[in-house]
Amino acid sequence: MSGLLTKLLGRIPIGWLQLSYSRMRMLAAVFGVAFANVLVFVQLGIIGAFNTSIQMSYQPLVADIIISASDANTLSDGSSVTRRYMYQSLSLPEISSAAPLYIGLLNWNLPNGNAASIQVYGVPPESLAFFKPEYEAKLKALNLQNTLLLDAKTRGLDSGTLKRITDQQQRIELNNVALAIIDTVTIGGGFGADGNIFVSDQTFFRLFPKQQAGTPSHILLSVNHGDSNQQHLDKNIQAIAKQLEQHLQAPDAQVHALKERISNDVTYQMTKRPVGVIFGFGVFIGILVGVVIVYQVLSTDVADHLKEYATFKSMGYENSFFYGVITEQAILLACIGFVPGSILAMLIYAAMTLATGLPVSMEVSRLFIVLFGTIIACMISGFIATRRLKSADPAELF
Amino acid sequence: MNQGIQSSETAIKVQHLDHFFGLDEAKKQALYDINLEVKRGSLTILMGPSGSGKTTLLTLMASLRTIQHGSVQLLGKPLETLNETEQINIRRQLGFIFQAHNLHQSLSAKENVLMGLQVHGKGDRQQQDAAAQHILSLVGLADRIDYLPGNLSGGQKQRVAVARALVGNPKIVFADEPTAALDKDSGQQVVAMLKHLGKARQTTSLMVTHDNRILDMADRIITMEDGRIVADEDAS
Repeated sequence: MSGLLTKLLGRIPIGWLQLSYSRMRMLAAVFGVAFANVLVFVQLGIIGAFNTSIQMSYQPLVADIIISASDANTLSDGSSVTRRYMYQSLSLPEISSAAPLYIGLLNWNLPNGNAASIQVYGVPPESLAFFKPEYEAKLKALNLQNTLLLDAKTRGLDSGTLKRITDQQQRIELNNVALAIIDTVTIGGGFGADGNIFVSDQTFFRLFPKQQAGTPSHILLSVNHGDSNQQHLDKNIQAIAKQLEQHLQAPDAQVHALKERISNDVTYQMTKRPVGVIFGFGVFIGILVGVVIVYQVLSTDVADHLKEYATFKSMGYENSFFYGVITEQAILLACIGFVPGSILAMLIYAAMTLATGLPVSMEVSRLFIVLFGTIIACMISGFIATRRLKSADPAELF
Repeated sequence: MNQGIQSSETAIKVQHLDHFFGLDEAKKQALYDINLEVKRGSLTILMGPSGSGKTTLLTLMASLRTIQHGSVQLLGKPLETLNETEQINIRRQLGFIFQAHNLHQSLSAKENVLMGLQVHGKGDRQQQDAAAQHILSLVGLADRIDYLPGNLSGGQKQRVAVARALVGNPKIVFADEPTAALDKDSGQQVVAMLKHLGKARQTTSLMVTHDNRILDMADRIITMEDGRIVADEDAS
């Protein structure tokens, strides 16, 4: 390590030698950085899972534009929207097809004794084209009354129970309606619901008797694609969405490209809902903890070496040399602490996924961002710690 | 008495130097109208009881303290007019030997000595290593070059400090009780080395000491009392 750093720095790696000389102090510092890393990673992991789970609820859909009630900030909240807008939309030549989508939430007492909140997608037979091909074939089977597609990754649903109820085509009871599971899909639970089911619109109305066919939760629209490339198409869809919004003149509805809608949903839940804000705050606290720990370590280290630094000052070393030494220490602590921190975080991610079913996973970009952030935070700590260097007065050495 | 040696080869020239510590009512004068010239290549010893001002004078001449009143010219440059960069540049031409050696505990003997070289620039590492090993062998530590200070005796540490001060070929060496931790032979060896450097490289040495064993090796002995020079003898 010393040899490598000597080559890199072109000088004696005093920062590293100081750190490795006081092994207990270095261990404490590395532990501190790793701890701060774990804090940040866990918060980011939850935020990532939060984002993913929001996007997952849109994942089965294939639509270009979505019309929702003006107070509907997510897929499952807000008022319904009148179906009249669907027909008005179809009057635009740019719109090729449209379909209503019904979304509801209910509780399910699982056969294994667990309880789960379930997001229900009510799918009219005419809207199958608005679902991804892997769903489309299965959704066709929902024409049979009182049947459903079950999310195999529903939280609380163990594989044994799933196998039993699907193999035996066991009926389950939801909102006092007996339903047959005819197949499964794989989506997974999120923060709003533990799992998902797909039913036909008619079954949906049985599950939610107050829901009327004329007021779906959302309206899905498809535009004429022509031979546009994807980038051009995206711009075109946004333009059509704006055109449609003007065409509808509906103060109780909002019209968005589906991609924009998903992005708005994520932003809303991250910034307006307590859960998003809390985890964002957690990231900040993690960074703060890291900065404070590294500052304490570096500041103590500087204080303990004031005489040596004063000696170097008397020899003619410039302030930039001392900043270099402290920066060297800060970067080393950041990099060394990052290794156990990220490994521990990945283990915690795995445990969290196992325990909650949330899609908590490590992304390569997150690793780089946290490493970069850790280095910056450690350098800030180092920069603050250099204030102590002013106390290094060579005249006091005599 | 030899008050004020005149020479064109002057390394240090002090004129009407006063120095004070503290402020307002606590203000205390430590030096009174010091006038002094030190010849290049000479070995000068500053003596005097504790609190006589010799260390204060040494630190002022070594550009480690701000000149409050009077003038100090070091290698022809008036210290009171130097900016920070010029001060750093002049310090690089000096060597310091401290009573408490002040070695860096996490650096080996050789690395401590190398620090005295690397202040002048990165340079050729192999040449620097060779120079460090050479000077360590001159002070009798050839077999201790990779030892950390914690594994060296007091005398060995002081010899490393001497090697660190001398390795960069300083023009002036300022030393504070450099022989205090050394036995008679080692102490005389260090002073002999300083004296040899004076002759060979015109290195000027200024030393604060109470060690009577080395007085006979000095070219000049200055005695201070209560912030004043009370005796200045040419001992060569």
